Amino acid sequence: MSLNRTYPSIQIAGDPTVSMSSTEKLGAGLSGLGFLFLLVAGFTGQTNPILFLILSLGLLSLGGVIFSIERYQKQHAPGVDNNGVMFSPSTRRSFFTWNLAILITGFYVLLYWFPGTLEGLIRTVDPLSYTLRGKAADQWFLYGTFYTVAVLVMGFRAILKYRHNRYQIIRTISVMFFQLFLAFLIPALLIMLQQPEFYFSYFWPLKYDYFFPGTLNSLEQAGGWGVFMVRWAVVIAFIGVPVLTYFFGKRWYCSWVCGCGGLAETAGDQWRQLSDKSMKAWKVERWMIHSVLVFIVATTALLWINADSGNMILREASNGFNKTYGFLIGMAFSGVIGVGFYPIMGSRVWCRFGCPQAAILGIIQKYFSRFRITTNSSQCISCGNCSTYCEMGIDVRAYAQRGQNIIRASCVGCGICANVCPRGVLSLENGPTKGRYNEPVLVPESEIMMPRRGDAKNEEWRERAFSQE
Amino acid sequence: MQKKNVVIIGNGISGITAARFIRKFSDHRITVISEESDHFYSRTALMYIYMGHMTYENTKPYEDWFWKKNRIELVRGYVTKVDTEKKGLMLTGGDIVYYDVLILATGSKSRKFGWPGQDLRGVQGLYNLQDLELMEENTQGINRAVIVGGGLIGIEMAEMLHSRHIPVTFLVRESGYWTNILSTEEGLMISRHIREHHIDLRLETELKEILPDETGRVRAIITNKDEEIACQFVGLTTGVMPNIEFLRDSGVEVGRGVMINNYFETNVPDVYAIGDCGQFREPRSGHPPIEQLWYTGRMHGETVARTICGERAAYDRGVWFNSAKFLHIEYQTYGFVASRPQDGEESLYWEHPDGHHAVRINYRASDGVVIGSNFFGIRHNQAVWERWLRERRTIDYVLEHLGAANFDPEFYTQFERAVVKQYNERYWGRKVMLKRKRGVRSRLLELVGTE
Repeated sequence: MSLNRTYPSIQIAGDPTVSMSSTEKLGAGLSGLGFLFLLVAGFTGQTNPILFLILSLGLLSLGGVIFSIERYQKQHAPGVDNNGVMFSPSTRRSFFTWNLAILITGFYVLLYWFPGTLEGLIRTVDPLSYTLRGKAADQWFLYGTFYTVAVLVMGFRAILKYRHNRYQIIRTISVMFFQLFLAFLIPALLIMLQQPEFYFSYFWPLKYDYFFPGTLNSLEQAGGWGVFMVRWAVVIAFIGVPVLTYFFGKRWYCSWVCGCGGLAETAGDQWRQLSDKSMKAWKVERWMIHSVLVFIVATTALLWINADSGNMILREASNGFNKTYGFLIGMAFSGVIGVGFYPIMGSRVWCRFGCPQAAILGIIQKYFSRFRITTNSSQCISCGNCSTYCEMGIDVRAYAQRGQNIIRASCVGCGICANVCPRGVLSLENGPTKGRYNEPVLVPESEIMMPRRGDAKNEEWRERAFSQE
Repeated sequence: MQKKNVVIIGNGISGITAARFIRKFSDHRITVISEESDHFYSRTALMYIYMGHMTYENTKPYEDWFWKKNRIELVRGYVTKVDTEKKGLMLTGGDIVYYDVLILATGSKSRKFGWPGQDLRGVQGLYNLQDLELMEENTQGINRAVIVGGGLIGIEMAEMLHSRHIPVTFLVRESGYWTNILSTEEGLMISRHIREHHIDLRLETELKEILPDETGRVRAIITNKDEEIACQFVGLTTGVMPNIEFLRDSGVEVGRGVMINNYFETNVPDVYAIGDCGQFREPRSGHPPIEQLWYTGRMHGETVARTICGERAAYDRGVWFNSAKFLHIEYQTYGFVASRPQDGEESLYWEHPDGHHAVRINYRASDGVVIGSNFFGIRHNQAVWERWLRERRTIDYVLEHLGAANFDPEFYTQFERAVVKQYNERYWGRKVMLKRKRGVRSRLLELVGTE
């Protein structure tokens, strides 16, 4: 028998899994044509925006829908379908995905800092903007339109791909609903009604300025609806978030409501396997996400101290914090890196490493929640599908193969690990908190890898325990 | 404890579990020798590499730094000779490794039955990484593949090829898929499911001969019905057998596998055998002498580690369970479900009209005690079933509490009611009521007796 040591590096060609049927090519072609019209619209002044809107976003969407129906509904029986994911240049790190990452990143850079260059595109969505908001489009309306179309079209794809799994179907419809109504149509309608533009599905600290004194004051002054919005912002952040997270885990928000999560679960679904699963990445993640949380809490506190002092003290400092946070986190991290790096680092870069909302939800989920992923005792075969397809980079298998419940601050409860498991080992559940951190079923207590509840130095301890296994 | 030099041959689930637990219990020096791969990977995931669901890297349960950190030395090499007198192993290339304690965990190799043409190019089994690599090479640009043998590896291979749109003809000796293990109804249901995927399933068909082309590669096969099927690839999946030839002349007693007692001890002191290369001298009644499952390999590894670390532990298989996946239908089994009804047994079988979900529960006719169950397309919880079987619960009790074992994802349709209804209809006047729904609360009540 040959001793081939190079197996891990051999190129599995697998061409047949990657090749496309003629209908798939039609879908891809229409999308490509739509993208071309988008470019044309971007480079030229619009004489006929409606036509261009239909030709660009319309064709892009139509192509996506046709492709999805052919690829998932027609060609594959209901069931797990990740065939060729590791071969296809569109889903593994490749020349194509690197270019795509640069393209998306570039778009965000233009959007945030050089919106003038997008003038042609912005004018294309003018008719839509007038219909929905009663005024001309700006770059944010353009962005919102793109975003919503992406969530809806790719959400349609996700529903077909996961049509054997009712949890996935309902969850996907939920993120599509919240994006379309609460993050797109209702804010537009508010503008039409001359009310403050307000996003009911985003709260502090993700929507960080919703707790800034300036924002709250201007909402209060708007009266009527503005007062309700202030109350909503406070009640949801202080009561809604902890209560809902206690009952359902952070998933009620991160993979059911949030727009960032919505885009990740729909447009980003095809890249979920690109997240880094290493212990090192986990360490980086904990440092980064909690630093961002501290940063925004400090910024908000400084602004309030400054406001309470009648703008007398800390004015420079609080403004400096505000500006820095807005630039570094609000724009560069959540936008440019958060979405731009989808095709390289997976769909949850922002959610995992940066989002302060996720940090708060994660702390609640870890210590005060009824949510857990239960493992089915000894049925795990350590295949690794769960870890591979975890968009948050959790090494699910490490827990599953010990028969230990998975309770991780970062878990957004998307349910894909349970979906791809070939042995029915994982189940997302809400239930009594007693015994939630269970003993590993398969190993003696000395091998317990995960910390007890309330163990202050738990993470370091975990690594020590792991290393002494 | 005196520090020993423990050498393990084989880095599969059995050998690696033994290594991990020996490290946990002791400070022994641990060396793992493998010919197959540098690091432990999950053999059960081989199919997913071929299908493009995962890369080889994804199949490794531990990151590469793990081994050094836990002081488990990994040696890549093939053991050609075992000298039990001098306690040494010879590797290809002439290197010698000495041991105080030797654990044989060399697994299996594909079994062939002496068919004409079985060694042609394009004909192979699927067991290890090298087989997968060969399959990759053998299936490039082919028009049809034939798979021989309707077991678990056979259907995996069929699914692998299907994922690459390679037409597959699947020869099965029995009258339904895997009906030497499954009952007829289940075998037929899975057979229908195989055909739903446009896999050309030929029941009651055996391989007679494999025909070569002028280059020495397979060009066709002939079945026992004298039909010739043109193909460029033949997957032989008629079972595996212990991989133990290197033990000839070693003094270690072998039968089909390495002969072991319930402590995994061979006839030679300080030499143990675990996993599917071992053969129990006295298997427990109803248990096979050679256990070829992932789960049993893991249990063997842990048990032998205890013995080697000074706490001599007999192997206890516990309540039998297993699982598999047939294309898109998941399968779980608990306890014993014979493929044909045994004397004094009753069997409750429910199948959903869509042919993708089924439940079988077998119980003693005399007192209703449940002896085993099969689930298709429905996930159940192993801990609950283990408890029910150990405590000899009756069919009425199990049905009333069936929801507590349900482990399907949220929002899935629950079929317990339909199963109970079928049972009540069978026995005039029987009124079993479903008392438990799925969920953590139900399961905890069942397992711990409280919430």
